[in-house]
Amino acid sequence: MTERSTLAGGATLAITGSGGSGAVTAGLILLAAVGRAGYYGLLGRSAGPQIRGGESAAMLRFGPQPIECMGGRFDLLVGLDWENVARFADELPLDRTSLVLTDAQAGPIPEILVRSGAQVRSMPWKALADAQSEGRMNMVALGMVGAMLGLPLDALEAGARATLGDKGGRVLTSSLDCIRSGYSATDAAPVPPSALAPPVARWNISGNEAAGLGAVRGGVRFVAAYPITPASEVLEWLAPRLELLGGSLLQAEDELASINMIIGSSFGGVPSLTATSGPGLSLMVEGLGLAVASETPVVVVNVQRGGPSTGIPTKSEQSDLNIALHGLHGDAPHLVLAALGIRDCVYTVEWAVGLAEHLQTVAIVLSDQMLGQSRAIVDPPGDLPFGAVQHTPLQRLIGTDADPDHRRYRPTPDGVSPMALPGLPGGMYTAEGLEHGPGGAPSSRAIDHAEQLDKRLHKLTGFDYGHGWAEIRGEGDHLLLTWGSSAGPVFEAAERLRGSGTPTRAIALRLLAPLQRDALLEAIGAAGSILVVEQNQTAQCFAYLHSQRALPAHARSYARPGPLPLRPAEIMRALIGSHTREET
Amino acid sequence: MDTAIVTPTLRAKDYKSEVAPVWCPGCGHFAVLSAVTKALAHLKLPKERVAMISGIGCSSRLPAYVDAYGFHGIHGRALPLASGLKAARPDLTVIVAGGDGDGFSIGGNHFLHACRRNMDLTYIVMDNEVYGMTKGQASPTTQPDWAKSKLTPHGTGMRPFLPTAIALAAGASFIARGFAGDPNGLTKLLVEAIEHPGFAFLQVLSPCQTFRPEQKEWKHLVHPSDMAPTDDPVEAARFIQADDGMALGLFYVRRLPVWQPQHQPTATPADLEREFVL
Ligand SMILES: Cc1ncc(C[n+]2csc(CCOP(=O)(O)OP(=O)(O)O)c2C)c(N)n1
Ligand code: SF4
Ligand SMILES: [Mg+2]
Repeated sequence: MTERSTLAGGATLAITGSGGSGAVTAGLILLAAVGRAGYYGLLGRSAGPQIRGGESAAMLRFGPQPIECMGGRFDLLVGLDWENVARFADELPLDRTSLVLTDAQAGPIPEILVRSGAQVRSMPWKALADAQSEGRMNMVALGMVGAMLGLPLDALEAGARATLGDKGGRVLTSSLDCIRSGYSATDAAPVPPSALAPPVARWNISGNEAAGLGAVRGGVRFVAAYPITPASEVLEWLAPRLELLGGSLLQAEDELASINMIIGSSFGGVPSLTATSGPGLSLMVEGLGLAVASETPVVVVNVQRGGPSTGIPTKSEQSDLNIALHGLHGDAPHLVLAALGIRDCVYTVEWAVGLAEHLQTVAIVLSDQMLGQSRAIVDPPGDLPFGAVQHTPLQRLIGTDADPDHRRYRPTPDGVSPMALPGLPGGMYTAEGLEHGPGGAPSSRAIDHAEQLDKRLHKLTGFDYGHGWAEIRGEGDHLLLTWGSSAGPVFEAAERLRGSGTPTRAIALRLLAPLQRDALLEAIGAAGSILVVEQNQTAQCFAYLHSQRALPAHARSYARPGPLPLRPAEIMRALIGSHTREET
Repeated sequence: MDTAIVTPTLRAKDYKSEVAPVWCPGCGHFAVLSAVTKALAHLKLPKERVAMISGIGCSSRLPAYVDAYGFHGIHGRALPLASGLKAARPDLTVIVAGGDGDGFSIGGNHFLHACRRNMDLTYIVMDNEVYGMTKGQASPTTQPDWAKSKLTPHGTGMRPFLPTAIALAAGASFIARGFAGDPNGLTKLLVEAIEHPGFAFLQVLSPCQTFRPEQKEWKHLVHPSDMAPTDDPVEAARFIQADDGMALGLFYVRRLPVWQPQHQPTATPADLEREFVL
């Protein structure tokens, strides 16, 4: 990389440092700055196992097109210091064309990074920071890197104000001084202010915030939850904002409680949701079965992390598909959805709430650490762009005095029966987890069991989900099929393949259950080579699709566990076998 | 107002549903059901404003037998279900009913936290010192030497759980004990429990005719509490620790802050979206 050379196309860079070095803060400011300079961007972070502090890395990719994955290498590595950086080395692929910036006082560069062949340049960050009162190296480095990337100074300043605003005047003032000092200490030509300002103001949002927003857009006004990494930010975002909307969040004593609390609130008529991660989802499954049997709408956002057991709490993996699909005992049909990107967390959760409400059932939404804890600069998500055409908006069928028949579980043509809410004089019933007859009275008769099983299944399988079940891009004889957050690297792999003369179609499944098998088979068509891509050890989606007879026999699987993110180049290699250069 | 809507006065039997109880003849739970319907009639609560919530067990079958809204949930989780409902619908009278296994064993953690959360709920535990529904195993309140269950042929060897002591320690604001064999006393306690603003815990000695026939003797062992209801936790603790487990009455009642979220909307989701705009 030469200075300024990547201005038009964007760049990929990482900032690393030990606890207190401010690597992540610098990354957050840089993301806000590239957004203000007119770029799209994606900021991921990686942290060591320490609870607080400890080494961390902020990884930023930005460019003129929406950024949906991290890419395969870094143009630039900004090493504020090198303590324990070896723990991240495999997450920071460098090559001969990469540039490593550091301060001589940060000590020798770790051998593992030197071996990549990247060029190394020493910077006077410490000296410049010491020249400022309360000067900080991360801010000097940020200013300098901003100048080298060709970002306008005012974008960096605005990014700092937006990010540090709540820290108070002194921190902000000294940070701005350091950014300016770093910015003017490079030989890069000055950039006219905000040269690339986009026509529409874009958003700076994390996947967990996006999931929270999707929830309230869908109508959720009650949340009960127990804290867990990496889902807690969904709850932190929701707690104060639900109050503004007239709702509330209850911190439960455990996940057994939280799932049952939202069943209770939903029974009372308030659309309700919880957010958790694998260990919490495991505790919730009995409650989910109750919601299915009693036809009480609830939504669970499961932000996946490495499993099994406590696993790798701070790192991503797509390994909870099996439990989401099959974890419930009995024949317990429910909805399973997966968010396809940070921005898509808004849509997928909003849709899931509407579907759960309309179909009076459980919706599990699979997000993951990578989506949840990364931030991106995105186009503002407008109204839900998909969803059932004939049911807009999606909402619960509430019982009224006018209902001719108040039996809560009476079969209907579409399987959905009106749900009376407490307070309605004529509608009294007892919601049941025991099998029941149409009026709700417990029953172990074969005829009632068959009728209610069919009702609960057919209301889901007979529903027209419109085109939201998947996102499909491109045409070609090659096909990449994936689900959830792997959509990002898969879409990029397919685009690059198309660009290099290998026509490739990509399908990313948003609705996993009920599987839209006919639509999927039609979308697969006569593809000659098919690869199912996912981030888990045992090819959970591939096995599921086969079990549903939704894949031609010649389909292959590319599945590997986390925590390293899937990279477009490895997907391209797995599809076409030939050598593909790692590049962003 | 041109037409006044007159709600006819409901009698206890009007609060009974048409579903026939599955309980064994002579089961103490019948008396609890009838005390519930009497208390609701006494308080003149509109049926549709009452929600009866339970878990699993013989005792937990109670909601279906009351003509009101109800939720028969899963084993041990009645309190969280009721807490979620009350948080979302403060306008309802929410009554939770269940057994000693449901509330003190599988649901024990929720019991602690429901006591300290102090939501305006009434919690009736029909204590028969046994798991009736699963055919007679020891529960947390069973005596250590009760050896009639095949699962614990030598008895549990564990001292029983003291529900009233634990409720007090966990912060419940109303603690009382009634007896299925004393329907009037039980109804009176239930009325007070429902009227109490906060978490009202009512332990009801409710004999299991089938698996603990010796509990027929309870009618000779129970006695009125010799302490007037107190709001002093120290006095209540002293009384509860000295109690033989057979004293009946209201032991402790105290006004404590009630946990109930209630927020007026001041924004819409579209307003919230502004924070993301660059
Ligand atoms: C998760 C789970 N574990 C076990 C059971 C089996 N089970 C049903 S009721 C019950 C005990 C009920 O005892 P209690 O709450 O004291 O009620 P009683 O029948 O004595 O009134 C058990 C263990 C269950 N339904 N669910
Ligand atoms: S088994 Fe015991 S508790 Fe259950 S209904 Fe029969 S008598 Fe009542
Ligand atoms: Mg019992």
